[in-house]
Amino acid sequence: MAIRSVLSTRTLSGLKETSSKLLGFRGIQTFTLPDLPYDYSALEPAISGEIMQIHHQKHHQTYVTNYNNALEQLDQAVNKGDASTVVKLHSAIKFNGGGHVNHSIFWKNLAPVNQGGGEPPKGALGGAIDTHFGSLEGLVKKMSAEGAALQGSGWVWLGLDKELKKLVVDTTANQDPLVTKGASLVPLVGIDVWEHAYYLQYKNVRPDYLKNVWKVINWKYASEVYESECK
Amino acid sequence: SIIKEMAASSAVTADYVLKPPPYSLDALEPFMSRQTLEFHWGKHHRAYVDNLKKQVLGSDLEGKTLDHIILNTYNNGDLLPAFNNAAQAWNHEFFWESMKPGGGGKPSGELLALLERDFTSYEKFYDEFNAAAATQFGAGWAWLAYADNKLKVMKTPNAVNPLVLGSFPLLTIDVWEHAYYLDFQNRRPDYIKTFMNNLVSWEAVSSRLHAAKAASSSSA
Repeated sequence: MAIRSVLSTRTLSGLKETSSKLLGFRGIQTFTLPDLPYDYSALEPAISGEIMQIHHQKHHQTYVTNYNNALEQLDQAVNKGDASTVVKLHSAIKFNGGGHVNHSIFWKNLAPVNQGGGEPPKGALGGAIDTHFGSLEGLVKKMSAEGAALQGSGWVWLGLDKELKKLVVDTTANQDPLVTKGASLVPLVGIDVWEHAYYLQYKNVRPDYLKNVWKVINWKYASEVYESECK
Repeated sequence: SIIKEMAASSAVTADYVLKPPPYSLDALEPFMSRQTLEFHWGKHHRAYVDNLKKQVLGSDLEGKTLDHIILNTYNNGDLLPAFNNAAQAWNHEFFWESMKPGGGGKPSGELLALLERDFTSYEKFYDEFNAAAATQFGAGWAWLAYADNKLKVMKTPNAVNPLVLGSFPLLTIDVWEHAYYLDFQNRRPDYIKTFMNNLVSWEAVSSRLHAAKAASSSSA
């Protein structure tokens, strides 16, 4: 605050671009849109390039932007001791922070076929899936059914309950992260069933999206997360 | 209750029928495309009606009016299974009838006077309705509604509507993504403005307001 007051208006406007650094100076970590590790069209025909581009550049970017705004407002409110503003911001933080968290996982949950997308999980995760769901087909059927039945917007998840040491399938509403369903839940695979995730390609037929998305699910990533959590 | 009487007398008596909009599917172009109407009415709305029929078959809800099902399955927010299909069937018929070709803009007469009374100006109402529609997170609806002799703006999640919250619905905009994604993709604010400027049927709103007032006074 003291540093800002000695700066002229021109200097301040020139510093607008580095506002995230100023925020960083005051201790707020802001967020940026992560790059995709594949081209927008690389998941075709399961998910169209048009959807991937809008989903990443518009929807996820908006969550990041709004999350950063909410965090800046939160920081100010905390510094001022403005308790009611702090509380009022919780839904913006949950929506937009959750949107950022969930989509960041989602991009890693997907991979082009030539990078292993759709290849069934092997090793420990493959074994655990067979144990808990009978087979990969059994898991896929359950997740697809729960994803199709979800009313409104949300996600269907394969998670690991770290405490109970078992795999679970669950859904969350809107942009609620999986951890809101249980503090010991670690997301392994999340499938976005908000309409924006499939509408331009699959229209109202969410079950067709859910049938096809498995062809680009990156089980290698899910296995890495599973094995690191199981240590 | 007043709402139950109102629901019984409301113009939306879908009762498991997929009623076509009061205009052809291309009549709202260029503001809402024929393709959107084909999917939104022809697939989404149709599915709610068809699935409701299957769902209530053989249950104690079978043969009950749509309004009865909605009010009896809301269960204070702990929704019973038939709520989603029933409420969405109701909401969508109400939505088609909230629009008309050549609609939108500022109303006149009694409706304008009431908007000015309860919102200070049409512009303030416009901003409030816009904000509600833009900030309903995830799927849902924004409404102009009437309760306790006052107009108010409301927003509801998923299939919830003002009937279950003790208010008379007068106008709605669907903000589920399927309502605007083909025409506007992620640009919900543009969709809302287009709806307000070009699609709202103030005639429908007026006649619903008259019915709401009549129902209120008859129960006074």
